[in-house]
Amino acid sequence: MTNDTRPSTRSRTVWVVVALAIVVVVVVAASFLASTSPDGLERVAEDHGFGGLAQDSPFSIMPDYVFPGVDGPLATVIAGVIGVGVVLGVVWLVGSMLARRRPQDPEA
Amino acid sequence: MGGLHLLHAPDGFVSFPIAIAMWVVTAIVLAIAVRRTNETLDERAVPLLGVMAAFIFAAQMFNFPVGPGMSGHLLGGVLAAVMLGPWAATLVMASVIAVQGLLLQDGGLLIMGANIFNMGVIGTLGGYALYRVLARVLGGEERGRLPAAGIAAWAAVVAGAAAMALELGFSGIVPMNIALPALVGSHALIGIGEALITVAALAFIRATRADLFKLRDAQPAT
Repeated sequence: MTNDTRPSTRSRTVWVVVALAIVVVVVVAASFLASTSPDGLERVAEDHGFGGLAQDSPFSIMPDYVFPGVDGPLATVIAGVIGVGVVLGVVWLVGSMLARRRPQDPEA
Repeated sequence: MGGLHLLHAPDGFVSFPIAIAMWVVTAIVLAIAVRRTNETLDERAVPLLGVMAAFIFAAQMFNFPVGPGMSGHLLGGVLAAVMLGPWAATLVMASVIAVQGLLLQDGGLLIMGANIFNMGVIGTLGGYALYRVLARVLGGEERGRLPAAGIAAWAAVVAGAAAMALELGFSGIVPMNIALPALVGSHALIGIGEALITVAALAFIRATRADLFKLRDAQPAT
């Protein structure tokens, strides 16, 4: 009865796929079009002379959203898509683990 | 050349004691969020959790221009909380910021507690509380959802910037009377972008899958 007002399984799956396609479009658009001006915090850091305090990470995998060995915006597209995949996987896993530990639906 | 600008606060922007203090606060909030999510998360909401996290990650890459020589990007905490509830949204924001820091060196590791608090928790808990009050004032969530979310999203960005300013001030990096107006002023503008993207995303969901709005308060099948 809880599913009565919901779209069919198929159209729900289609929505998730369309939403993730939009996410990839946002990654590609960001890689080519994102403003290269400093963001709010970085601008204030530059204006007030503490930008130089920034320390590098002890390790680096894809710094500045650049996939190593690739040039130009494509490197950012690849890094962004990998990042999206990892975030999606982590959140899906955490969500499934937390949502799973509950009594089974008696009607299932 | 290429790649994106450094976006989140790097290590070195707050003192060691402040970084640790913010990690402690954030860890406590995350522990509560795990427990509350475990109690309330409906299995059917898991795909939405993933989609929201993926969208927020991608949208945070997209720096939009804000006046001359400055840009801003979405945070997304209010958007996530409106769809997922405050606790699941807190976990989503923490996951996004953790992956950015670990995989893309966007935001420091020691300062990550502060980053999760400023850019995540303030929106998912504080911004969401404001959203609920505004929605009620505007005649209920059904009618007031978009304007309430827009205003709360703007306020969460400004409050997050104020928190960053306080952390910088208490760290002795830059005096409070300089950091506060500079960060709050710039983020009052950036927050307009946050409000527009939040409202647009909610309008898209309303047009395509309005049933998803019910998922937040759905009780898991028992």
